[in-house]
Amino acid sequence: MSFLELDRVAKQFGPQTVVDDFSLTVGKGEFVSFLGPSGCGKTTTLQMIAGFLDPSRGAIRLEGRDLTAVQPAKRGLGIVFQSYALFPHMTAAENVAFGLEMRRVPRAECRERVRAALAMVGLAGYEERYPRRMSGGQQQRVALARALVIRPSVLLLDEPLSNLDAKLREDMQIELRQIQRNLGTTTILVTHDQNEAMSLSDRIVVMNQGRIEQIGTPQETYERPASAFVSQFLGKTNDFAATIDRSVTPGRLTAGSWSAPAPAGLAGPVTVSIRPERIGFGDAGLVAKIVTRIFQGNHWLFQCESECGAVIVIRQNDGQPQPAEGEAVRLAWRPEDMSLRSAGVAA
Amino acid sequence: MSAAVDTAPVNAAATADARDRRAPWALTAPALMLFVGVLVIPLAMTVMLSFHDWGQYKGIEPVFILKNWREIATDPYYAEMFWRTFRIALLTTLITAMFGAPEAYILNRMSGRWKSFFLLVILGPLLISVVARTLGWALLFGGNNGLINKFLMSLGLIGSPLPFMFTETGMVIALAHVMMPFMVLSVWAALQRVDPQIENAALSLGAGSFTIIRRIVLPQIMPGVLSGAIIVFSLSASAFATPAIIGGRRLKVAATLAYDEFLNTLNWPLGAAVAVLLLLALVMIVVGSNALIERRYAEVFR
Repeated sequence: MSFLELDRVAKQFGPQTVVDDFSLTVGKGEFVSFLGPSGCGKTTTLQMIAGFLDPSRGAIRLEGRDLTAVQPAKRGLGIVFQSYALFPHMTAAENVAFGLEMRRVPRAECRERVRAALAMVGLAGYEERYPRRMSGGQQQRVALARALVIRPSVLLLDEPLSNLDAKLREDMQIELRQIQRNLGTTTILVTHDQNEAMSLSDRIVVMNQGRIEQIGTPQETYERPASAFVSQFLGKTNDFAATIDRSVTPGRLTAGSWSAPAPAGLAGPVTVSIRPERIGFGDAGLVAKIVTRIFQGNHWLFQCESECGAVIVIRQNDGQPQPAEGEAVRLAWRPEDMSLRSAGVAA
Repeated sequence: MSAAVDTAPVNAAATADARDRRAPWALTAPALMLFVGVLVIPLAMTVMLSFHDWGQYKGIEPVFILKNWREIATDPYYAEMFWRTFRIALLTTLITAMFGAPEAYILNRMSGRWKSFFLLVILGPLLISVVARTLGWALLFGGNNGLINKFLMSLGLIGSPLPFMFTETGMVIALAHVMMPFMVLSVWAALQRVDPQIENAALSLGAGSFTIIRRIVLPQIMPGVLSGAIIVFSLSASAFATPAIIGGRRLKVAATLAYDEFLNTLNWPLGAAVAVLLLLALVMIVVGSNALIERRYAEVFR
C-alpha cells in the first residue's frame, strides 16, 4: 500500500507547463529524491506536496486521503528549506519549539522534545544560540531538528545541503541518512546533485523539463539509464552511434571496429551508452588515440579521440602501467555493460 | 654597519606610518571643511546668540546672560508649546507606524508591475512641495467650504463642519500624510532582509496567518519600524511648513515659535534659545531610543 501518492499531477503557470503528468507512489519510510537540473520542476512538485502551490491537475494523496484539500498548516509535513528559513529573532531552542507550540504540546513535554531533537542533530548545548551566531552547518541542523520535532508524516528537503561546503556536505549526507533510517520518516529530497541523490536515496526520480525521465533505484538509473538525458545527467557517460545488422543471424552490433553479437530487440541505427569506468584497453575493439591523461589520485582519466568520436575512459590506479598521451589504443567493453537506445528517439 | 642597515627600514616604516595616519584626514578634509563651515559654525553661533540680551529699542546686545533660558524655563507658555510639539510628533509617529508598516508589508507581497506602481504612489508625496500638499489638505477640510465638510454636511452626517484648520488633529493628519513615505521605505528596507521562505516555514509548522504576522514577521521588521519612527518623530517635531499652514499663529509649535521670534518679534536671542532647546531635546530622544533599539536587537541583527 502506497503511503504518499502523486497521481498525474501537473502545474501550469499561465501558458507554461512547469510540471506535467507526474505520477509517483512512495512507500512508508522510503527515501526518494527528485533529481534534475534547475527549472526541471522538482521544487514546484515539492511545493505542491507541501501545499504552497496548488496543482493545476491531478491528485496528491497521503494514506489514501486527498492532501490538496488540507490547509498547508494542517498537513503536518516537515520541511527543510534551501535557505533554512530559520526565525532569526528566536534562539535555536525557540525555533525548534515553534512547531510544538502551534500544536499546543504541554510545556514540559515540549522542552523535553526540543532537547532530544537538538541532541539528535548533534547540537546539545546550543539551545540559547541565535541563528546568526551559528555556522551554516549548525543552522542546517537546527532547521532539520525543527522539521523533525513535530514528527512529520513526510519530511520534505528542498536542496538542504547546497549551501554547505563539500566536506561538510558529505558529513551531513551520512548523518541525514542515519537520522532518516533511525526515525523511519518518509522523506523526499529535491536536489540537482547526482552524488547526493545516489548516496542518500532508496529511489531516484530523474526529472527534465517538467517530466519524469526515469524512476528507479540509484543503481538502476546509473547502470540502465532510460534515456540519453538520464545517462548524461547521472555521472559521466559516453554515447556513440552504432548499427545493428539483422541480416545475419543472430544479428551483429557494430560501432567502428568494435562489434559484438546484438541483443534481441532493436534494429538499425542505435545509440550505445557506456560508462567510462567500464571501458578497458585491449588488443581488439574501437580504434582510438589518447589525447590527454589526467591523474586524479585513485584513478586515471583518459580523454581519447576514437573513430566514433570523443570517448572518456576511467581506469583505477591499481599500480598497472597505463598508456601515455598520444599512444594508440583499442577500446573494448563487455556487451552487458552498455545500454542501447534506438537512435533518434531520445534527444 | 649592521645598525645602519637595521634602522633604515625602521625609519622608512615610521614615515610610512605617519603618512598613513595623515591620509584619512587629508581625504576627508573637503567634506569636513564643508561640514564645519555650514553646520558647526552657524550652530555654535546660534548657541551663543541664545545667551545674548535683546530689548525692544536696544536690539541685540552681545552679552552673556541666562535671561532667555530663564524665560523658557519659567513661562508655562513655552512648556505648553514644547509639549504640543512632541505630542503631535508622537501621534504622527504612531499613525505612520500603524498604517505604514502594513502598507510596506502588502507592497512587498505585490507582484512586479503593481509593486513599482504603488511604490511610486507612496513616494509621490515626496515629489510635491510640502506647501502644495498641505494646502491641498486645507482645501479638502478647511472651514465651511472644504470639500469633505460640504459633502458630509450635505449627507446630513454632521451638522457643522469638522474642525481641521488650527487644530492639533488637522496637524497630525497632514503630518502623517507627509511623513508616510519615510516609514514605508524604512519598513520596506527591513522586509528586504526577511527570508522569503520564512512564512512558508512557519506555515508548514502549523502557524495561522495571524500568528505568522505577529510572531514571525513583526519581530523581524521591528527594527525597521523603530528606525522609521525615529526619522518620522524628529522630522515631525522640527517640521515647519505643515504646522505653519494648518496651525498658523493660533496653534504654534516649537519650529513656528522660533520662526516668529526671529522674523516677527525680532527677538533673535529668544528664538535661538527655542531652536537650540528643540535641537537638544531631539538629539537626546533620538540618541536615547537608538541606544535602546540597538541593545534590544543586538543579539539578533548583527
